[in-house]
Amino acid sequence: MAATISTRLVGPIAAIAMGSVVAGCAQAPKQLYYWQGFQAQLYEYFKADSSSPEQQLPILHAQAQKAQASGAVLPPGFRAHLAMIYLRLGRDGEAKQELEAEKANFPESAQYMDFLLKRMTVPKS
Amino acid sequence: MAIGASSPGKAVARCGRLLAIPVFVAALGACATAPPYDYTAFKQNRPVSMLVLPPLNETPEVIATYGVLSQVTLPLAEAGYYVVPVSLMDETFRQNGLNNPAEIHDVSAQKLREIFGADAAVYIKVTQYGTSYAIVASDTRVTVQARIVDLRTGQLLWRGSATASSSESRSSSQGGLAELLVRAIVAQIIETASDASFNYAGIASQRLLLPRTNGVLHGPRSPNYQKD
Repeated sequence: MAATISTRLVGPIAAIAMGSVVAGCAQAPKQLYYWQGFQAQLYEYFKADSSSPEQQLPILHAQAQKAQASGAVLPPGFRAHLAMIYLRLGRDGEAKQELEAEKANFPESAQYMDFLLKRMTVPKS
Repeated sequence: MAIGASSPGKAVARCGRLLAIPVFVAALGACATAPPYDYTAFKQNRPVSMLVLPPLNETPEVIATYGVLSQVTLPLAEAGYYVVPVSLMDETFRQNGLNNPAEIHDVSAQKLREIFGADAAVYIKVTQYGTSYAIVASDTRVTVQARIVDLRTGQLLWRGSATASSSESRSSSQGGLAELLVRAIVAQIIETASDASFNYAGIASQRLLLPRTNGVLHGPRSPNYQKD
């Protein structure tokens, strides 16, 4: 209750103060996901000349651990990118696990993840 | 017809009024009454997932496509959408013999939906990317344009563009949420100055695709879904 009242009092003042700083309509951003370094790792992967999948894998694992430790949520595509790195390393079993994990965390990915999983089970000729 | 008949004096007055509006809008910043975007199609289709295709690159910097592609998941995911994993998406096209963005942008909506299962595709064009060096001051600049098209109905949901440049003054404000995130990124730039263009690609991508006035609407994973 006390918190509600103080929020009510502080809210308008804070809004005015913030408005003058950021031109009116922003609230302090609270991010949905843990991003720290993920975009940079995607960039490393695409550049393909400054670091190898062997080097990228432990960095991604460290990021995932930090996210977990802080109770933050890994972003869409993080586990799928881990799967991509495992595929590059020929570690198909672990790649599959990550694709399944992407699907479990983001059911919206099911169709594409199933497409990839189905292709992985096709025996190589 | 009436315009042709009006006197030169009136025409000047009218020009003055037209010029005054953009100045006024700029002074107010992001919340000013800019002509509202028509969200009819966006709200009718309400996509849940987005497929960002490798951006077309109209710049001499070869890496522009992937500099931007690495950065665009953040704003769309923070907006509340599921974003198809970009590295796997790129690899899927490669395995099917499609290596350049122009070819990929020509793939039919039906095919994209069949493979990726996404509700909408994001077609991006990079028109500026990199650092131009001048005697007095150099400028690192990234400019991106985007079209979001619904893959189920073929309707254009949204289009827009954004720029980020090292020559902007810190005090300029382009829009609330994006601006706050930009500040965090500016700190990153100082830490990792090795690839300035990549960092400005991040700022431009957030300005382009984070929800803002006349921007992309919030998606279903956002607490602000259906509130804008």
